[in-house]
Amino acid sequence: MNTTTQNILMKQHGRTLGWAGFLVVLALLPSVGIVGDQFLSHVLVMILLNASMAQAWNIIGGYAGQVSFGHSVFFGIGAYGAAYAVTMLKSTPWPGMLVGAVLAAVVSVLIGYPTFKLKGHYFAIATFAIVEIFHRLFMVWEDVGGAVGLDYPILKDSWKFFTWSKSKVGYYYGALVLFALVFSLVRIIERARFGYYLKAIREGQETAESVGVDSRKVKLAAMALSAALAALCGSFFAQYNYRVDPSMVLSLDMSMKFVLITILGGIGTLWGPLLGAVILIPLQEYTRAYLAKLGPGVDLIIFGLIIILMMEFQPRGIMGIIDGVVSHARKRAGSKAGNGGTP
Amino acid sequence: MGLFIQVLLDGLWAGMLYGLIAAGLSLIWGVMDVINFAHGEFLMAAMYLSFFLGFLLKIDPVISWIASGAFLFVLGMLTYKLVVKRTLGKAMAPLLATFGLAMVLKNVAMNRFTPNFRILSGTIMEGRVINLGNVIIPVPNLVTALFSLVVLGLLYWMLTRTRFGWAVQATAMDPEAARLMGVNTERISLLVFGIGGACVGVAGGLLPSYLATHPDVGTLFGLIAFMVVAMGGFGSIPGALLAAIMIGLVESFAGFYIAPVFKYVAVFGIYIVVIMIRPKGLFGW
Repeated sequence: MNTTTQNILMKQHGRTLGWAGFLVVLALLPSVGIVGDQFLSHVLVMILLNASMAQAWNIIGGYAGQVSFGHSVFFGIGAYGAAYAVTMLKSTPWPGMLVGAVLAAVVSVLIGYPTFKLKGHYFAIATFAIVEIFHRLFMVWEDVGGAVGLDYPILKDSWKFFTWSKSKVGYYYGALVLFALVFSLVRIIERARFGYYLKAIREGQETAESVGVDSRKVKLAAMALSAALAALCGSFFAQYNYRVDPSMVLSLDMSMKFVLITILGGIGTLWGPLLGAVILIPLQEYTRAYLAKLGPGVDLIIFGLIIILMMEFQPRGIMGIIDGVVSHARKRAGSKAGNGGTP
Repeated sequence: MGLFIQVLLDGLWAGMLYGLIAAGLSLIWGVMDVINFAHGEFLMAAMYLSFFLGFLLKIDPVISWIASGAFLFVLGMLTYKLVVKRTLGKAMAPLLATFGLAMVLKNVAMNRFTPNFRILSGTIMEGRVINLGNVIIPVPNLVTALFSLVVLGLLYWMLTRTRFGWAVQATAMDPEAARLMGVNTERISLLVFGIGGACVGVAGGLLPSYLATHPDVGTLFGLIAFMVVAMGGFGSIPGALLAAIMIGLVESFAGFYIAPVFKYVAVFGIYIVVIMIRPKGLFGW
């Protein structure tokens, strides 16, 4: 009995070490020159950013099973927070990021409190409606630039201003910090009591409540955390993009990005969001760059087709494919087949 | 007073148009519990067909709605066969698959037809109005409203009074039991998607009479159609009509008495309010 607990502990330590090692490897990439190329480093930054966004969404959408299409609201609040601090208040972006994250958490609770009682499609459509409301309000809110948005001034390259104009290595490290923060948090949640509460609610809210889980409180907490992390991603996006406007950050398309990357990678799993970003982002960036001669929108046509095919043949995403391959290989090897991964 | 009635009527026309666009979505949602996210793009496709028939062959939208309806009937059935069928019963999969389809359709239009706004001039109904004292009734909007009543009425009649409609309702309530009673649920689903497509095809066929066609034209209409159906309640045709008119009136009055820029904020706001009070819509169960 004692040895099994020891084994589990050893395994966990091993996993933590593996995770730390993975982050160190990512941190060393620039020093071996991989991040030198502008386009490649742009793709790497976008992978880390989109993986973080998807993972932030995964907390409420995947682990708690509340499929929200409203995350661009929180992303937008974070983006506008940083941009407002820099352009209007002439300060560093940091206070804007912090206020944005807190504000996004507050807004998410205000949205979640009434909408969590809606079921299925009704919840989904309510979150669409909220995105549209925010989009239109920001379009006419002249204090934050209205439809034109906010354009960044030229800032000194530094962590203080979270700005790097000469090379993208600075942004790469910024994105890596964000990525490490979001993924580490979700790793901890996955093994903590809170994570089990979330999964219990996803599998059956009534059952979870009958054993004493305060489902509303747990869902609101998950939503607030998810929104705050999404807002940090938004702040990073504003700093990287050097401008924000409502159509860019506060749109249904941006909301769908959170959902699609997670689902195509593997919803409700730790590595799904990363896998989704690793495969989709390069695909999108490279098709956009190389198929541009075929006219506008070709990258999005391909993206759309992938979504259709994935939903038809493997709605559990890339994680589902991996499970299938692994269990198939095990069957081949003649040993006991894995229980997951029915194709 | 004249102004008030004018705003009221404008809201009514807008609402009737939303009802016409939402009718097909309501049918598909009600029978199959699938949100067809490409619904707005279906509208866009129908508008392009009608526009090009008018522009290249000089066929007026008052006739080409027939062609658009037929085209969308086929597109709807193809969508069921190729996109939706395999995703049924897998949580959010049908919604996301049709979102993928929406991306494909919108960007194909962008790629082939450019993002330009295309306006059909010289149509039969163009600029015609009926003057009633100090109230003006634009003819194209009136015709759309009539179409809306006819299409919604036919749908309602079909669902409640015909054998086919009963089979559709049985499929909606319990597909398993319907199959045991000898209903070919597969054929029902296919036809429901076809008819749902045809309804929005008719709307899209008429619209180029007074609206510009462009790749993004369906997005807002699609979103409003979702609101209409959700607000009316799961697959309820009378609910959809009532919700559509409410939304049209809210849009018109908010646009006139508050500010034009706030009209859609009010539209989406009223949806949130209604859905808070009636979580399954006005006529939902």
